[in-house]
Amino acid sequence: MSHALRRLSRRRTAAWAILVLFVLITLLPFYWMLRISLSNNRTLFANPGSLMPTDFTFGAFKRVLGIATLAEATAEGGSGANIDFWRYLANSVVTSAVITVCQVFFSAMAAYAFARLRWPGREKVFFVFLTALMIPPIFTALPNFVTVKQLGLLNTYAGIVLPYLFMTPFAVFFLRQFFLNISREVEEAAIVDGAGHAHIFFRLIVPMSSAPIATISLLVYIGAWNEYFWPLLVGQENDVRVLTVALGIFRAQSPQAGPDWSGLMAATLLAALPVIALFTVFGRWIVNSIQFSGIK
Amino acid sequence: MRTSTERQSGTAEPRPGTSPPQSDTSAPRPRRRAGDLPVAMVFLLPAAVGFAVFYLWPALRTAYLSFTDYSLLAPPEWAGLDNYRRLLGDRLFWNALKVTVEYVVVNIGVQTIAALGLAVLMHRLTRSGLIRGVLLLPYLVANVVVALIWYTMLDAQLGIVNQALEWIGLDPVAFFGETSTAIPTIALVNVWRHVGYTALLIFAGLQAIPKTVYEAAATDGASEARMFWRITLPLLRPVLALVLVLTVIGSFQIFDTVAVTTKGGPINATRVIYYYIYEQAFQRFNFGYAAAVCVALFAILAGLALLQLKLLRAGDSDLD
Repeated sequence: MSHALRRLSRRRTAAWAILVLFVLITLLPFYWMLRISLSNNRTLFANPGSLMPTDFTFGAFKRVLGIATLAEATAEGGSGANIDFWRYLANSVVTSAVITVCQVFFSAMAAYAFARLRWPGREKVFFVFLTALMIPPIFTALPNFVTVKQLGLLNTYAGIVLPYLFMTPFAVFFLRQFFLNISREVEEAAIVDGAGHAHIFFRLIVPMSSAPIATISLLVYIGAWNEYFWPLLVGQENDVRVLTVALGIFRAQSPQAGPDWSGLMAATLLAALPVIALFTVFGRWIVNSIQFSGIK
Repeated sequence: MRTSTERQSGTAEPRPGTSPPQSDTSAPRPRRRAGDLPVAMVFLLPAAVGFAVFYLWPALRTAYLSFTDYSLLAPPEWAGLDNYRRLLGDRLFWNALKVTVEYVVVNIGVQTIAALGLAVLMHRLTRSGLIRGVLLLPYLVANVVVALIWYTMLDAQLGIVNQALEWIGLDPVAFFGETSTAIPTIALVNVWRHVGYTALLIFAGLQAIPKTVYEAAATDGASEARMFWRITLPLLRPVLALVLVLTVIGSFQIFDTVAVTTKGGPINATRVIYYYIYEQAFQRFNFGYAAAVCVALFAILAGLALLQLKLLRAGDSDLD
């Protein structure tokens, strides 16, 4: 018996070891990004394998944030090239925020129509909305680019946010699921009191669904923040360039011989930081929403 | 897909799926065929506009453009099947397809097995939200960020991975720089990003399997391995099928990582289909031809999804 138990616990230990290994593999690249961003780019090559930053410095962050002088930058192996980080950050914040607010609001309205109102053809229309989930984004990207171009919106905020502004099938689907589960009684009491649909939507349904609305907002925000393909098509210019596009250009422009790895990793880390911060605060919601929705 | 179309009267709504066949025995109500239609139209308006302008119309337009010659400068010119004929003889298109399939096979193969293992480990060992959160983290970080982190870690000179290879006595590998390693490298980088998320989806499926099944098997003296093959895997099949359909479709759309690291190279080793479309449309302005490649991609994806659902019989569960 004790023999069997010991074997069992040895197995459990092995299983734990594998799980811990997975966690380490997940975390190591994040640590490595931090380590390189805090290193002096000139001394990186001498100690590629050391676990600590080489010649610890905030120089790379200063370069990226534009608060290092040219002399400081070149002394630590920076290229001296200017990366307009604050502008890109602001562009990412603004476009992601506008997309989130509008998309969630309009999708909630649509979800209300699909979940709480009765009208002929409702299920059919909803099914048509859902089929859009199956269309690969590039399939609509070419004509959408033409539309944005013809509207004269290339390299504007409007062009970057427009296709995401009104709805995504996922947001409508997600919110509809929650709206369906709200009890009819509350609503009917309000109708007896003479409340209109606007009142029911804004005063009952939305407040009662604040948790799922917050969750989908978070998912939409992170999705918009991480989007690369669309802003690459319509927002290359410096004025409206978002962080993902800027990182791609920063990497493409770094010299083949002796690139500024520390600067690259510092910029990458700063670009990822808002998402990591959001996740630290609201992670539980996101994890639960994945258990719930199974998609996205 | 549920199709419960009849909900007209104001009676308390039955849960979808459980609604009994309705033979209305209550007092007859005035039939309101239109129901809340006017209000519904108001609430739907913004989303419907967005759907029509940025999903429906462009989807139809891509299909139309695939039969035209269109360079953005002049209006599209009808070209019949020219683009599709060209497609069949385009060596680079077939190469793009081949490279993409290679990517998908490595990416999905490794990812699904690792995620399944990870999900089973979590299921047997811990309910820790922290561990689940950590494993999900890579998925929430942008593709571009993930690509750049690994691009740095896999660098031939100062990358930690090559350093580690050297420690255990192996030759350095030019991961992104060699035709034979570039696609597997990109595939594995994206496994790293997606494995935790996929594991969480499978984990959710595992939690739906009743504990009593395992308890019964354990009293019969079944081993862990036997329980996995005889209970977990069969009962998980519907969830696995859904996960596979979703991840395979997603995997075919690999673009960001390629665009940031290899840009299709070395030679054509990573010129995946999405990147090829991007080049044709936005660097060579062959919009008509790019649209034809889009249509081909869509047909492949739709066919694959149907095939997978059929093979894996995703609809029916073994639980009943």
